[in-house]
Amino acid sequence: MPEATSNVDGGDGIGDDPDGIGDDPGDDGSGNDSGGNDDGNGVRIDLISGARMEGLTGMEKIRLILDGVRDGNIVILEEGLSPDEESKLIEVTMTEINPDEFSGIEIETYPKSDAGDQTLLDRLMGRESAQKLTVIGPANQLQTLHKDETLISALVSRK
Amino acid sequence: MGLLTNLKDSISKVSDRLFADEEPKRIGIYGPPNAGKTTLANRIARDWTGDAVGPESHVPHETRRARRKEGVEIERNGRTVTIDIVDTPGVTTKVDYKEFLDHDMEKDDAVRRSREATEGVAEAMHWLREDVDGVIYVLDSTTDPFTQVNTMLIGIIESQDLPVLILANKTDLPESNIQRVANAFPQHETIPLSALEGDNMDEVYDKIAEYFG
Repeated sequence: MPEATSNVDGGDGIGDDPDGIGDDPGDDGSGNDSGGNDDGNGVRIDLISGARMEGLTGMEKIRLILDGVRDGNIVILEEGLSPDEESKLIEVTMTEINPDEFSGIEIETYPKSDAGDQTLLDRLMGRESAQKLTVIGPANQLQTLHKDETLISALVSRK
Repeated sequence: MGLLTNLKDSISKVSDRLFADEEPKRIGIYGPPNAGKTTLANRIARDWTGDAVGPESHVPHETRRARRKEGVEIERNGRTVTIDIVDTPGVTTKVDYKEFLDHDMEKDDAVRRSREATEGVAEAMHWLREDVDGVIYVLDSTTDPFTQVNTMLIGIIESQDLPVLILANKTDLPESNIQRVANAFPQHETIPLSALEGDNMDEVYDKIAEYFG
């Protein structure tokens, strides 16, 4: 029983949702409004800018993402995570999986097509091409329909 | 004369060990669930040590703990490469115990298996960041390799500058598509094989020696 389909396209910005996703009442600025889905009328989507993530530590980023996802929100990161942060995200997600409560995350990013082109200087300077739009949601609510190098199409459902 | 020769051989062996290049490299076998990682680990271990590493199964997450087989000596072209094989649980971002119920499992067993699986995946990620010197990445060549887990893991491995050998497994199945795997990760060499049937293992061992020797 899908509630909404979300078509996330890096180039076109398509993603309009007929059910008013993004109303975001009561946002306290933390990026984690625990009451976001309580009204049951829709699925909340948090689009988090690269600037907002920039000042956070790796663990703060992971907490921001997982707290949102565990509340049933879809989290979209403008600039994604570094490989090391992705590795820790998987690890922390695994420790939080709980039968009948949380079965993990669905995550999609565009594949890194420029991995082989990265220079040593880029890597030394920490420029790890992390800038890739990333969609993360609860595994039982977010289903990837199609993914290629330029399009991620996903189905979002209510709990 | 014989005594002297034996003594010389013994001294030579001891000095070889003392002055060996370094400790055996720990090579992690990674990949998504059901790619054939344990089948490969068992194939390598049986070929060179006579022992197996762990049980194989079609049920996902049969391997729920990283298992290490130490001191596997692979001989190629007159030289010996010694590695420790670490067979790891299949990496995923989600584990739902209900999936195990489809494999004739009671709920309690399915919940226990899912808990163990999540611990195993967390452990595998930790190994990848801290404890492996190289990676054999195993993919089921009958399935789409273009998944998020594969993309992320290859990215994580590349970011750590670990040597990685990509294996397109299950070439014995008619749906196998080696080119699709090669296209997904063009920056790396892809070696086809059937770990189950032992097909193309010679090339696999050549590459293990080349990449990790």
